[in-house]
Amino acid sequence: MRRISVTVNGVRHEADVEPRALLVYFLREQLGLTGTNVGCDTSSCGACTVLLNGQSIKACTALAVQADGQDVTTIEGLATNGTLHPMQQAFHDEHGLQCGFCTPGMIMASVGYLSEHSDPDEAEVREALEGNLCRCTGYHNIVRAVLEGAKAMRDSETVVGGGNGAADGSGVAMGRVREGVVVP
Amino acid sequence: MTKYVGGGVPRKEDPELLTGQGTFVETLTVPGMLHAALVRSPYGAARIKSVDTSAALEAPGVVAAFSGEDLADEWAAGLPMAWPVTEDIRIPDHWPIAKDVARYVGDGVAVVVATSRTAATDAAELVEVDYEELPTVVDIESALAEDAPRVHESMENNECYTWTHATGDIDEAFAKADLTVTCNYTQPRLIPNAMEPRAVLAQPSPAAGEFTVWSTTQIPHIAKVLLSMILGIPESKVRVIAPDVGGGFGSKLNVYAEEALCVALARRLGAPIKWVASRSEGYLATIHGRDQLQEIELAATREGKILGYRVKILANMGAYLQLVAPGVPLLGGFLYCGSYGGEAYHFECTGVFTNTTPTDAYRGAGRPEATFAIERAIDTLARKVGVDPAEIRKRNFLPTGEMVESPGGLAFDTTDYEPNLDRALEVLDYGAVSAERDKRREEGASKLLGIGLSTYVEMCGLAPSQVLASLNYGAGGWDAATVRMLPTGKAEVVTGTSPHGQGHVTSWSQIAADALGVDIDDVEVLHGDTHVAPHGMNTYGSRSLSVGGIAVHEACGRVVDKARALAAHLLEVSPDDLEFEDGTFSVKGVPDRTQSIQELAFAAWTAHSLPEDTEPGLEAHCVWDPPNFTFPFGSHICVVEIDTDTGEVDVVRYVAVDDCGNVINPTIVDGQVHGGIAQGVAAALYEEAVYSEDGTLETSTMINYLVPSAAELPSFELDRTVTPSNSNPLGVKGIGEAGTIASTPAVINAVVDALSHMGVEDVAMPATPERVWRTIRDANGGAA
Repeated sequence: MRRISVTVNGVRHEADVEPRALLVYFLREQLGLTGTNVGCDTSSCGACTVLLNGQSIKACTALAVQADGQDVTTIEGLATNGTLHPMQQAFHDEHGLQCGFCTPGMIMASVGYLSEHSDPDEAEVREALEGNLCRCTGYHNIVRAVLEGAKAMRDSETVVGGGNGAADGSGVAMGRVREGVVVP
Repeated sequence: MTKYVGGGVPRKEDPELLTGQGTFVETLTVPGMLHAALVRSPYGAARIKSVDTSAALEAPGVVAAFSGEDLADEWAAGLPMAWPVTEDIRIPDHWPIAKDVARYVGDGVAVVVATSRTAATDAAELVEVDYEELPTVVDIESALAEDAPRVHESMENNECYTWTHATGDIDEAFAKADLTVTCNYTQPRLIPNAMEPRAVLAQPSPAAGEFTVWSTTQIPHIAKVLLSMILGIPESKVRVIAPDVGGGFGSKLNVYAEEALCVALARRLGAPIKWVASRSEGYLATIHGRDQLQEIELAATREGKILGYRVKILANMGAYLQLVAPGVPLLGGFLYCGSYGGEAYHFECTGVFTNTTPTDAYRGAGRPEATFAIERAIDTLARKVGVDPAEIRKRNFLPTGEMVESPGGLAFDTTDYEPNLDRALEVLDYGAVSAERDKRREEGASKLLGIGLSTYVEMCGLAPSQVLASLNYGAGGWDAATVRMLPTGKAEVVTGTSPHGQGHVTSWSQIAADALGVDIDDVEVLHGDTHVAPHGMNTYGSRSLSVGGIAVHEACGRVVDKARALAAHLLEVSPDDLEFEDGTFSVKGVPDRTQSIQELAFAAWTAHSLPEDTEPGLEAHCVWDPPNFTFPFGSHICVVEIDTDTGEVDVVRYVAVDDCGNVINPTIVDGQVHGGIAQGVAAALYEEAVYSEDGTLETSTMINYLVPSAAELPSFELDRTVTPSNSNPLGVKGIGEAGTIASTPAVINAVVDALSHMGVEDVAMPATPERVWRTIRDANGGAA
């Protein structure tokens, strides 16, 4: 077991993890953040995408210990005080989800991508999402949602999940970090 | 009074799914839960000589480990097959865990139970199985060879059944034909790939003898019946819950070994048992689809009018018969004549056993195969006659009308095909795109265009129970709904359908809100729990709206009828003197004398003053058994660009004009079409499950089985025509599978069209760059 300290959705957690434990299972099973889904075992589907220091990663490709001292944002950390993030709202408005299993990963990948490419065109969105698979929507409405969400994010200057890797969460933008440290 | 029906109401399902609060089975935990991991055969066929679990039992966290023999007395019956299509069909024993012989790579041979999933998975590696490898056969033609290894040693060969269906005099049709075309096609084996891998959690209540089973299933009600039979548990003591289910596409339309196994282990160990498939495990242990060899012959006049259809197909069942596998080809067996007329029809299908993962219904189930064959063959006929693909279709379309007899022997509810095709041609601007295609050809461009049409008709709304009886189907085709007005004025709709992405909660709310005259937010839809919704036939075959949705509509009507009687009683008028609008009954000519449905719900609950012979409560139940299937149709046109240097196929335009009758929620309908098209394009261009001769699944992970991403697909151009069905009072048809059914031949027709000036008549699926490049090279006499 290794003790790690990870800030997840603005809350610092200290936990003992198996060295081989994947970040996604740490989030799901130790922290109970089950919104991040596991859709494959080859890092192909992207259902488990989260933000690590503001950049999207597949949480099945990272070990929990690699997140030590880092800042993680999951789908549970996206809405603010009951208000959907513009990207969540866009997925709703554009019918960008059906069964909803790929949706958390799809939204996190989109938010991560847009933090560096705020005004993409359709072709760029399609390329950007090639690591995230959906079997229900044929991607048509997902792409529309991402384009609409990008516009809404530009309009509201939304930023999520820091980017400075500050373990205490102080680097997280938007000033919506919850106070408090949780030690499970 | 359609305030909501017909509108793109945003989905009520979304908030939980958007915020990570979905309740997928893998997410669920209960106290004392143990985890199961299976040991699966690495051989395509092998005798299990011994299973040694001793090392596994000593591993940390391991609670128990069992071989198939150890669990043999758990089963009152084997895994069920509910569609014995012929009297002489051969049905092999199929136990939830193999006892003596493993018959495909992935067949379960032992199970380990531990306190964590990782402990169970680790310990499964320690189970020592002594196998005696046996000869295998994986493809259809090899399996039918005289000296083929037998998948089931008790059977004299690998034939499962042969089913035939005919109308008219097929020999006469061919005898008088001016010309005939004969086409052979291979339908590759496909892996459904619902994004959520399968999972089961079985919780026992040992003292009560009860079991609650959470499962990633499309069919909780059917699963309840069948689990009770497999395990010998009274049906009343089994509760099956399908919580949020992450897609199905037919792959969760089964009662699987692991569902039975988890209940058996929960019974034996007195503890909750959970099993979650990894993706790669699912590739081995969840049904595959398609895998057929087809021969279709058309007899036609020199003008291209089709007289007769002669079809022979061979269908790979895999190693065992899953729930409806033998019937899958039959669902296409009436539709090899598509939307066209003719005098005679002859269809024959033989099911074949092989040492592969069992096949079963995958989105479209039989209809994509049939549509592919006829839509490809009619293009071949068009070339032979020398007319445009659009023209050959128009020459053969069935007439516009109701209950139109098809050569396949079915009466199509409502037809109106030519305007639908014309609309698709118009949306595409067929003339302009054709001209561009021709121009590139003449210029010898390296990037060629091809245009592919597909004017499909399909059958859904499964189905009239008596028709199912005539096909030897082992269940009915009805579905059920209960609608109740609660005393606080809210409405509760209990449905027997079991959605897993289709948006039933929203669509059923629209239907109920309009019928009851209440606000859509005041409607709650309950589903997917056999204790909450006791009656249901569930969700598959694009049946939910045209059967289950109709049950909701009819139950609402009965609630309104009862409310009317109560209103008349309270207002002291005749029921005929009342008007009902927007949820309020008013006395004709006296508009201020009213009773709202909410007031009536409270009055029915207090029951202080009811009409004579009226029971308290405002609630009604309806079981809807449709009088006919529904037959959605449409025209899809695909435009591909082929890079002749690399063989790469790019879908550059995709137009779909579907006719699914009246539409409850156009946004949801469009979404179903988008997803369906994507799966059909995937089959045409990308996906194929490949077995090596020894039975190893070579495409065993998402890395080598290519599920397309957004980068491989275009946006789709959708439109609709509306020809209401006469099979139900809402005039709806169904749209869940149409996109998949229509799109695969549209894509391949486009690919062939792009290369047809080189003499190319067919390109096998999937039309990968290598395959297309080789086709071009061969057409050029060996020069690339």
